Amino acid sequence: MGDGAAGAGPGPGSAPALRPGPVYLTVLAIASCGLIYELVAGALASYLLGDSVTQFSLVIGVYLSSLGLGAFLSRYVVRGVARRFVEAEIAVAFVGGLSAPLLFFAFSSPRWFPPVFYGVVVAIGTLVGLEIPLLMRLLKDTVVFRDLVAQVLTFDYLGSLAASILFPLVLLPRLGLTRTSVLFGLLNAAVAFWSIRLFRDRVGPPGGLFLRAGIVTAILLAAFVAADRLTAVAEENQYADEVVVAESTAYQRIVVTRNRAGFQLFLNGHLQFSSVDEYRYHEALVHPAFAAAPRARRVAVLGGGDGLAVREILKHPEVESITLVDLDPAMTRLATTHPLFLALNGGSLRSPKVRVVNEDAMIWIEKEPDLFDVVLIDFPDPNSYAVGKLYTSRFYSLVKRKLDPEGVLAVQSTSPLFARRSFWIVDATLRAAGFATRPYHIAVPSFGDWGFVLAAAVPPDVKPRLPEGLRALSTDLLPGLFIFGPDVARVDDAPVNRLNDQVLVRTYEGEWKRFD
Amino acid sequence: MEALRLSRRDAIASLVGLPALSALAAALTACGKTRARGLPFGGRIVGPDAARGHLLRSGDLLSRPAARTERVGTAIVGAGVSGLSAAWRLAQAGDRDFRVYDLEDAAGGTALSGANDVSAFPWGAHYVPVPVSPNRALEAVLEEAGALVSRDADGAPEWAEEMLCREPEERLFFGYTWRQGLYPRDGASPEDLAQLARFQREANGLAARRDTRGRRAFAIPTRLSSDDADLMALDRLTMAEWMRAKGYTSPRLQWFLEYGCRDDFGTNLSGTSAWAGLHYHAARLAGEDEDEDPSEFLTWPEGNGRLIALLARSAAGRLAPASLVFDVAPRTTGAPVTIRFLDAVRNEVVAVEAAHAILALPKFAAARVFAPWRAAPPAFLTDMSWAPWLVANLTLRARPLERGFPLAWDNVLHDSRSLGYVVATHQSGQDHGPTVFTYYLPMTDEAPAAARAKLLAASWDDLASAALADLSRAHRDLPGLVTNLDVVRWGHAMARPTPGFLSSPARHLAPEGGVFFAHADSAGLPLFEEAQDAGVRAAEGILAARGARFVSMAAG
Repeated sequence: MGDGAAGAGPGPGSAPALRPGPVYLTVLAIASCGLIYELVAGALASYLLGDSVTQFSLVIGVYLSSLGLGAFLSRYVVRGVARRFVEAEIAVAFVGGLSAPLLFFAFSSPRWFPPVFYGVVVAIGTLVGLEIPLLMRLLKDTVVFRDLVAQVLTFDYLGSLAASILFPLVLLPRLGLTRTSVLFGLLNAAVAFWSIRLFRDRVGPPGGLFLRAGIVTAILLAAFVAADRLTAVAEENQYADEVVVAESTAYQRIVVTRNRAGFQLFLNGHLQFSSVDEYRYHEALVHPAFAAAPRARRVAVLGGGDGLAVREILKHPEVESITLVDLDPAMTRLATTHPLFLALNGGSLRSPKVRVVNEDAMIWIEKEPDLFDVVLIDFPDPNSYAVGKLYTSRFYSLVKRKLDPEGVLAVQSTSPLFARRSFWIVDATLRAAGFATRPYHIAVPSFGDWGFVLAAAVPPDVKPRLPEGLRALSTDLLPGLFIFGPDVARVDDAPVNRLNDQVLVRTYEGEWKRFD
Repeated sequence: MEALRLSRRDAIASLVGLPALSALAAALTACGKTRARGLPFGGRIVGPDAARGHLLRSGDLLSRPAARTERVGTAIVGAGVSGLSAAWRLAQAGDRDFRVYDLEDAAGGTALSGANDVSAFPWGAHYVPVPVSPNRALEAVLEEAGALVSRDADGAPEWAEEMLCREPEERLFFGYTWRQGLYPRDGASPEDLAQLARFQREANGLAARRDTRGRRAFAIPTRLSSDDADLMALDRLTMAEWMRAKGYTSPRLQWFLEYGCRDDFGTNLSGTSAWAGLHYHAARLAGEDEDEDPSEFLTWPEGNGRLIALLARSAAGRLAPASLVFDVAPRTTGAPVTIRFLDAVRNEVVAVEAAHAILALPKFAAARVFAPWRAAPPAFLTDMSWAPWLVANLTLRARPLERGFPLAWDNVLHDSRSLGYVVATHQSGQDHGPTVFTYYLPMTDEAPAAARAKLLAASWDDLASAALADLSRAHRDLPGLVTNLDVVRWGHAMARPTPGFLSSPARHLAPEGGVFFAHADSAGLPLFEEAQDAGVRAAEGILAARGARFVSMAAG
């Protein structure tokens, strides 16, 4: 049928035949824009919705089905195919280009975010899905159908390839999400201008189209220039306070916010500390272990790239060396160079006693030749398998090998109130690795009731021995930390968290869900 | 240019079964630059030297005179799991008068592995399930490997946590996103789930079943299985026929069970004996608990290469690689077993006189080597076939973007003829940055000979494009992340357990003139445990023939 139509050529009175080459270039551009918007939405979902598997897979599903919806709807475009195509292109430029800043804004409202988010995804998907069929129809009289399908799909996928390579390697690291989406909106707008020219015999009066494309371009250019402020304002909405640092690293999203009372660190959207009360957390993490350890010359901190635990450690003058192992170099760089962090940690990581190692603790600990008198574990909560492995009996066995026979280990172990079972799983896992444990807890207002576990070869004997100048701990208070009331008391059947059966990750997710 | 593009598209379409149009698209996505030099990364075909193996076909070697003669107590032909296990067993018994010959440059057979500066990785077999019943030889090897660390009060083994497959173990790419587990559960109808539950109950029942002699219905190694008539009857059906007879009509269950057949045997439902298909599901359950999960896997970054290295240590200094054995003549009155091989490095023929020999080769190769079989090919050969597999190792500069359930050890694509990929760095705990994906494609959709011809005719470019196109469906950003892609073409990766395999005489070959037979295909199922059992029993047969005193380590 396609062949017949091509053989017949354009009928009398119709516009002159199109040159297919430039149209294929259009396909290439549209395809890369389309994939970029999908990737932007996907990446946004992973940033903003955290580890939410359901949400993230919905984004992809909704986007792809919207492409299908657009393709279906293209059949209802009967006349003015070229004009509709240009209009769709202008609309994609507008919606797609502004999608990232719009969604960042929408995120501050939990009620409106889901409808806005999926609305944007559906709109972009439908419009992009509409375009390729329209273009193919524009060319169907010029090119043999077999070649047409082959060529159009070729350029479609080539465009996707370019986008898929550019996005992770260049766009995301160099431009960030907002500028990437705006830039590709501009590319769509450019395609709109180019198409008005290309289809000048088919689009009818071009004035209105030029005007609309011009307005969209102007808005996008303004958005591109103001992208930094847009993102900052958006993240400020999300975090309720002024955003002072926002950085996406290979490992996580680091955001620091500031308000009148102080500043806060978020990793992947999870609060790590607030400067208002972090001293309660860090004093409790560090000093009981020192009170129980007969010696504390060689100390290791696993996690804790903010330098706050190290600040507390440096209050013990007998410490000769501190090895800090944190996965993310961006985190330790921030703690070593950013004025806010330096003011809070007192430049602890610049101490000549400190050696910073940026490596996964699981990998590091198998290679480390030294033994330590005190090891402090300050990892994020076990909310993924990659972090969960650092809470397994295997990992604790490796730590035990690196601990002096009389050494003491302290582990941050999430909240015994919000995640009671999870807390006691950490305790059970340490005991399965051959440690004698003494769990304890303290109130940290920003977090709630927060738990730790002291562990050593024999039950740790916490002596009434603390450095001068602590704000939360005192020697008479110490014994009280080890008392657990009924609502946080030991769970007797807590299982062991193993590499091959990470029960902690599943338990933790279930327990926190009840409070979110 | 057009011809090249078409051939790549055709290669992809025929290798990984993508429809032609999406194959074209995938080819373009996969290669990026379709002009000039092709794929934007390096790689090559590595692994078994088909040309060297094919020297056996002509028979020319048989007329070449031997340049020298070696003498050895036991000549072991083949350095795969069975041959090396025989060497290991002899060494255990203090008998070090043996030599192991293999045509390849490296030991390992289909448990071959490799390494680069990112990770070690498997080229074939890559895990061993934790044994559910006592197996002395297997436990001894796993203890040497540091996998069996202690025993509890009842003597039950305790396993090294870091060698048990780390969670998350597996995920399935289904409906545009990754989901936990291997069964496509999302969107399954109540009937689908009811059939799955019924099948699992049936597998559990078979796992718990013991015959009047106390034997399991499905055991590992298989020779320890019950021979009750109703079980033997399963070997006369295909898995597809059995499912039909049982009313298992759910397409999802069919997919799930066929995945098992493709994964373990390189066969599809209509090419697999129902006995073998059920063995996969019932033999890995202890059968003590009604809703137990299949036993856990022991695995290593280099796969079973870890065990190969260990076994090869027991043959240190006694391993003759690049030695193509082309003739094994059994003992006759007054004459020892005589073996001849081509030393491929020096290009000279060497004769070996041995008191005993172990033919640890797959039967198709043994048939060209063992003199009596060359003279009169055994009838069982015509019923045997071997599945061709493509294995690719993709080295990545970084992890692809993820959709849905996070990266697991085993990552399966629902709508693919491949098995997906395993992640070499999974077990080492390296969760960020560069990694190696090992991609497995059993060629199950055509007659093995036709599939093999296609596999061996394909260029590196075809194979690399096919693997990349297939995986790119789940990871669209993958092409930009690959820094190297090597492939191995296994023409005869494993014997296919087609209906009737259980009663094949190949499973019960008695030693002939001092020559013992040991290979996984002597047992019938392509498993480490089978190959090891065959090797250990052949070695013990020789020890017994020499009147040595020993306690058998063979399972059972």
